[in-house]
Amino acid sequence: MDLPIVALLAQDGITNGAIYALLALALVLVFAVTRVIWVPSGEFLAYGTLTLAGLQLGKASGIAGLLAGMAVVAGAMEAWRSIGDGEARRLPARLALWTGLPLAIAAALYFIAPLQPPFFVQILLALTAVTALGPLLYRIAFQPVAEASVLVLLIVAVAVHFALVGLGLWFFGAEGSRTPPFTSASFELGGVTVSGQSVLVVATSIALIFALALFFNRTLYGRALRATAVNRVGARLAGISPGFAGTLTFTLGALMCAFCGVLIGPITTVYYDSGFLISLKGFVGAIFGGLVTYPAAAAGSLLVGVLESFSSFWASAFKEVIVFTLIIPVLLWLSLTTQHHEEDE
Amino acid sequence: MTTPLLEVESLSVSYGKVEAVHGVSIRAGEGRIVSVIGPNGAGKTTLLGAIMGLLPSRGTIRYLGEPLAGASVEERVGRGLVLVPEKRELFASMTVGDNLALGAFARRRDGEAATRRSLDEVYGRFPRLAERRDQLAGTLSGGERQMLALGRALMGRPKLLMLDEPSLGLAPLIVREIFSIIVGLRAAGVSILLIEQNARAALQVSDDGYVLETGELVLSGPSAELAADPKVAATYLGQGAGH
Ligand SMILES: Nc1ncnc2c1ncn2[C@@H]1O[C@H](COP(=O)(O)OP(=O)(O)OP(=O)(O)O)[C@@H](O)[C@H]1O
Ligand SMILES: [Mg+2]
Repeated sequence: MDLPIVALLAQDGITNGAIYALLALALVLVFAVTRVIWVPSGEFLAYGTLTLAGLQLGKASGIAGLLAGMAVVAGAMEAWRSIGDGEARRLPARLALWTGLPLAIAAALYFIAPLQPPFFVQILLALTAVTALGPLLYRIAFQPVAEASVLVLLIVAVAVHFALVGLGLWFFGAEGSRTPPFTSASFELGGVTVSGQSVLVVATSIALIFALALFFNRTLYGRALRATAVNRVGARLAGISPGFAGTLTFTLGALMCAFCGVLIGPITTVYYDSGFLISLKGFVGAIFGGLVTYPAAAAGSLLVGVLESFSSFWASAFKEVIVFTLIIPVLLWLSLTTQHHEEDE
Repeated sequence: MTTPLLEVESLSVSYGKVEAVHGVSIRAGEGRIVSVIGPNGAGKTTLLGAIMGLLPSRGTIRYLGEPLAGASVEERVGRGLVLVPEKRELFASMTVGDNLALGAFARRRDGEAATRRSLDEVYGRFPRLAERRDQLAGTLSGGERQMLALGRALMGRPKLLMLDEPSLGLAPLIVREIFSIIVGLRAAGVSILLIEQNARAALQVSDDGYVLETGELVLSGPSAELAADPKVAATYLGQGAGH
């Protein structure tokens, strides 16, 4: 094994690791604010790739259908709730938000797709559409049980995962898709070839992570999400509604996963059911941070990416085994080092 | 008297099958300090939780002349009904400044300038918080924590501020400071519903008082009269009946 091969493997590992890091951050964020272990994050990633691949062919019927269907269900739930609570006068505004807006996005995709807009516009459309699924999913599946225990939320999340895989097959079909690379440029760096694609993926991930850090530290809404994660009762008493925080969190989480889907599209062929295995690697990364600390989660994900890349060279048949076995020493170490502090009351 | 700010009528609150508050009625008038005193476990915190919407309850709660049934906790905060809870519920891993900024979350539509003004006002009232604006809330002392909880509540520009044992666990000097702040708030137009173990101090600063025992109101009236009541004096002010 010589230097160029090491460099190549490292490059691959870091590129994938950057994507896992984004996934891990999405998982940590969603868990911290809503206590949901977001098993279906991988489906959002897959939807991202598949939507972009569809747009490449001038088609968006799959994602548009999915959005429209969920918009109608969410609208029905809002109507049911508003009438049940005797708040019928608020119904129009709620319907506009939960049904009108997603339907408008679905329609925009459906009609713009055949025009074959430039690649950049296609990416924006794919991100918008998949991001819009996030709050809808929260509204439909998680908000009704928001006060339930972590275990109940996990069971719901697993159910949602299977449902979304099935919906993915129905709306996107069984064929796998790959999207074209963003750039075919490459350059020499100290005798090693670095692909422009890798640089772009890593740079985008870093930029996104910085943008999120700014959002959480500098804006009122970002602080409100942190506050909900730290103390739910305190947040409510400050006027931050858990429903609002959950909706915003799932919107951000969906955006991050859709981004991952766009970034991973040129690297691997993605099928309707590919998301789960990819998101598990983000999950292993997130476990490094005990599902709560962001920098540790990001670092863990990078490690997962690099380990995966080297093990696929040495023992490719066992690469998943090696990556997932990593979780055992990490869990041991976590259980030995963290005192089990009581739920802050 | 015009319609009171808060009117609670035959309110009952249960934890599962056990009823902790039985048909309690209280009123809190505009511009007044109303205190509720009572021994441990009397149901004082439970009463506030129900008024705030944190706990389900039976009976009626009218605020600003309108029934509150169906309004969420956040909507109540938005209408100026703000609680400083017994456990403070601060955002421990965030800074003092962030905690205060979030207190104005319900008022975010009033704009940046309004938030700034509230913040200056709170820092004016609590100079110690201003010095520590970048310190994490979890590292504050007990007294500072209580000031932060008060400050965060004030950032929401309350019409009726409900305080659950603001003197809990504090040294006498700080308790005096907190009570003088409460009196200052009334002068600034904030009406206050005060829950206290420290009956002497509570009856001294308040206009009206209620005594709650095992979930039931046993006495009510102007605070001065309550303080003079021999039963109250014996039980809550630690004076023998004969003195
Ligand atoms: N979550 C709960 N589940 C069951 N019972 C509860 C719960 N919270 C309080 N209680 C019971 O309700 C009664 C009233 O409690 P509450 O906290 O309102 O008393 P309090 O007057 O605030 O007392 P203190 O002065 O000690 O704070 C007590 O008997 C208490 O044990
Ligand atoms: Mg209490």
